[in-house]
Amino acid sequence: MNDLLDRALRGEEIAISKLLTKIESLSDEGLSYLSYLMRRPTKAHTIGITGLPGSGKSTLIAELIKEYSRKGLRVAVILVEPSSPFTMGSFMGNRIRMQEVATEGNIFIRSVSTEGNLGGLSLSALMFIEAFDGLGFDKIIIETVGAGQMDVDLKDVVHTKVVLNVPGTGDEIQVLKAGLMEIGDIYVINKAERPDVALLEDAIKFLIDSSESNNDENWKPRVVKTVAIKGIGVNNLISDIEDHKRYLIDTKRYDEVVRKRRIKLIEIYLRSYFNKIIKNLLSTNENYMLIINNNEFDFRAIINSLLGKIKESF
Amino acid sequence: MERRIKVLIAKLGLDGHDRGAKVIARGLRDEGMDVIYTGLRQTPEQIVKAALQEDVDVIGISILSGVYMELVPKVIELMKKYGLENVGLVVGGVIVPDDIPKLKALGVDEVFLPGSSIREIANSIRDVVKRKRGIKVE
Ligand SMILES: Nc1nc2c(ncn2[C@@H]2O[C@H](COP(=O)(O)OP(=O)(O)OP(=O)(O)O)[C@@H](O)[C@H]2O)c(=O)[nH]1
Ligand SMILES: [Mg+2]
Repeated sequence: MNDLLDRALRGEEIAISKLLTKIESLSDEGLSYLSYLMRRPTKAHTIGITGLPGSGKSTLIAELIKEYSRKGLRVAVILVEPSSPFTMGSFMGNRIRMQEVATEGNIFIRSVSTEGNLGGLSLSALMFIEAFDGLGFDKIIIETVGAGQMDVDLKDVVHTKVVLNVPGTGDEIQVLKAGLMEIGDIYVINKAERPDVALLEDAIKFLIDSSESNNDENWKPRVVKTVAIKGIGVNNLISDIEDHKRYLIDTKRYDEVVRKRRIKLIEIYLRSYFNKIIKNLLSTNENYMLIINNNEFDFRAIINSLLGKIKESF
Repeated sequence: MERRIKVLIAKLGLDGHDRGAKVIARGLRDEGMDVIYTGLRQTPEQIVKAALQEDVDVIGISILSGVYMELVPKVIELMKKYGLENVGLVVGGVIVPDDIPKLKALGVDEVFLPGSSIREIANSIRDVVKRKRGIKVE
């Protein structure tokens, strides 16, 4: 077997890290590693953590990591961070809250950028889920930017979706506006030491009861209160997460999530591939763009010619 | 396609605030880099472990207190232990001029004194990456 892959499978951190980089680069070598890993047994429980900016996602993940590693589990964390749409660079600060727990146990934390998208999951994030699963991690936790609609992407990708809310925003309807109320399997009310917790709890429960997408009689979304900075409520959250996993297994949905996640991966891979072709086409055919506002401009002819170039390139 | 330069920016040691380090981190993002920011009061172990898992090209350490001669060698030692010989190391902060050659002899690639512009820092980081990886960088 390939040396890098072999070392990564034995758990050597630098090998895992280099492997992820190769996968992220979409090189042939990287894709062959990913293909190999995806043929290995899948068992990891994937947990998505989302919610509005500043709601305490990263702090809560640090608490989850502590508990899971105390139980002897191998945990991988993927931190999805927004990138600048102009320079494509990114400021990735989620790791700050996890630095203290990152040096102990069997924990691997990796940040990825949204690669120019607003929020939700990037191609790299989806590939890393597969890679960590193939490498034998027990739990894979994904923090995504709570940008609203985009996070619906999580729906077909992770087993257990945890949505954070905080009380005291003065307006419990925020929850609705955020567009996240459709997707949660577990709703966390974090910063629960604040007043107005009951108000928010009532609002969330009301929304759960009246939501059409929650008509599965086997799983009613849970509501958990936490104070992440003090570790309060984390054990309740963990037991709800485990209940949800058991429900997925008992109702034969666990592997179905893996199937959907891979369909999503293929879709996102192709989208990103064609996006690059389009970008490249536009930048190498700027002469077309020059005549766009003179009277020789022929929209149909230009589109046909550009499409012709795409077809030729295959 | 070459990947964007990935940098870790950390505040090594116990001193108080991280405004400067944050400004640099955001500036490097605006220069098109991916910047992992790990914040205040980082130990050498935490910094190197993060660099290892994130597979960064360069570790950038910001340090204000005078303890750099004790802590920077620890970072270098751990980088060796974890196999990060190909990762660049740059240090910024209030550094006594006489210590700059000493730091470089230890294995620090660049030293930035207060007042260095983001552009200068970004360009030196690009040079360090070029040297370390032998790769082409825009
Ligand atoms: N009062 C209070 N503050 C908390 C609690 N949990 C987290 N915080 C604080 O809330 C702030 C944001 O926490 P993060 O964990 O960074 O939140 P996040 O949702 O990951 O933030 P982004 O990734 O920026 O969207 C930090 O200052 C935390 O210390 C809590 O239970 N109570
Ligand atoms: Mg966060």
